[in-house]
Amino acid sequence: MKKIYLDYSATTPVDPRVLKAMIPYFSQKFGNTMSLHSFGQEAKDALEKSRKIIADFIKAKQNEIIFTSSATESNNLALKGIAFANKDRGNHIIISSIEHPCIIESARWLENQGFEITRLKVDKYGLINLNDLKKAIRKDTILVSIMHANNEIGTIEPIKEIGEIIKAVSRKLKAKIYFHTDAAQTFGKIPIDVNKMNVDLLTASSHKMYGPKGAAILYIREGVKIEPILHGGGHEFGLRSSTINIPSIVGFAEAVKICKKEMKEEARREIKLRDKLIKGVLKEIPGSYLNGHPKKRLPNNANFWFEKVEGESIVMELDLLGISASTGSACSSDKLEPSHVLLAIGLKPWQAHGSLRLSIGRWTKEKDIDYVLKVLPKVINKLRKISAIK
Amino acid sequence: MALYSKKIIEHFKNPRNVGKIKNPSGIGEAGNIQCGDLMKLYIKIGKNKKGEDIIEDIKFETYGCIIAIANASLLTTIVKGKSLNYALKLKKEDLIKKLGKPLPPFKIHCSVLALDALKEAIYDYYKKSKIKIPDELEKEHKRIVKIKKEISKRYKTLQKKNKIS
Repeated sequence: MKKIYLDYSATTPVDPRVLKAMIPYFSQKFGNTMSLHSFGQEAKDALEKSRKIIADFIKAKQNEIIFTSSATESNNLALKGIAFANKDRGNHIIISSIEHPCIIESARWLENQGFEITRLKVDKYGLINLNDLKKAIRKDTILVSIMHANNEIGTIEPIKEIGEIIKAVSRKLKAKIYFHTDAAQTFGKIPIDVNKMNVDLLTASSHKMYGPKGAAILYIREGVKIEPILHGGGHEFGLRSSTINIPSIVGFAEAVKICKKEMKEEARREIKLRDKLIKGVLKEIPGSYLNGHPKKRLPNNANFWFEKVEGESIVMELDLLGISASTGSACSSDKLEPSHVLLAIGLKPWQAHGSLRLSIGRWTKEKDIDYVLKVLPKVINKLRKISAIK
Repeated sequence: MALYSKKIIEHFKNPRNVGKIKNPSGIGEAGNIQCGDLMKLYIKIGKNKKGEDIIEDIKFETYGCIIAIANASLLTTIVKGKSLNYALKLKKEDLIKKLGKPLPPFKIHCSVLALDALKEAIYDYYKKSKIKIPDELEKEHKRIVKIKKEISKRYKTLQKKNKIS
């Protein structure tokens, strides 16, 4: 059976061009960047070249890019690093209520350490309210962290405007309030310019954009006061000790090179497929609804909820038909709680449990979308027939 | 798929005894829609040669995950034609074993739904027919009702937790 992968938001396959670029760095150019000999220098060279490619891509300076192992690590470093480096100035941090668990849980941990957390609510599309933000900022606020686009529902937040507000309030209060954005879902899909977006810190990950797993960045604007959370040999400007994962970083940079060239055209193509999918599902399946914003959304994300059916069963039926999708709701936790994002946009738990996320990518073809539109109505229909809700 | 056994997948793909029974002898419900799981079970009671009550027909409807569906389907095939005494003696461990693979811990809850709904259906039948309800079943009934209430409560805290702090 032919398999159709529609879970690109979870992770992406490594682009063959990326893999080719990585291969020499496993067994030939395997050096440790800290070594003085030629192997070490070769690795160090590759590291700095990669750093430059990625810095240029988001209009940052080379020394503003810190390599980490994952977006989760970058987000942990951003929140905990800023919190502990600036606690003499304040202990208040603002996040949104729909952040990725690695932000939510880092904030919760900081809360237990004595920091105060404000969680901004969102509207039915998942957008934060700029007035709420203005009201939430205080003299002792040290950090605001709002994601660029949501990983579940795909809604893109107005990062530039949020950054402007934070800058203006910072000036008025004569206090430096840092702004971090988790761009794991947008990096490589839509343009990112750290200056235009007014961000001080930004997280991006390799495996979401056809690079390998195990590489990510935290952009840290020059002059930002931050503490490391990994201490050791002083790699990455003393901010992230650990032997450098050169193959993954080289792959990450190669993936960025490809995105730089192809991103614009690819986004156009994906938006067309996405909109065909959304329109088709809403038209063909009665009692189906789109989660997230109709326009301000990731080029590759479609997220629905269906009346009277349960998400995991939909995913399973689709898997049996060769389609890899994801539940909109994280039912796999031991608590069986529906997704915090879907609850935050106002869905009732039984609506959230009926959610499905389809995320398209570089190798999604129009005929794949046609196939989904052919089989999904049948799947929903079958599950509704056995449903206890009428 | 590695997470689930072939047997689970098979029952999930072709669930047996799906639907409603007209004028059922008893209806049982378990789970709570607010939490994303609801199981409805209908039974029709008849007599066997010995004059014992048996489950002549059984049907189910569910809003639930793979395990909830597969497990309900399996349960209906096991108890159909059997005596109520036999059905009441079934343990969740028996069903889980029959599904062929140990379930992930967070899925145990889903596998109990059908059995609970069956107990509730039998309870309903006894009550309607004014048959004395065995102590054990009375205890089970209380437990199932209590779970429903707890889920309702948890749902409310969940709603609160996701509001702005």
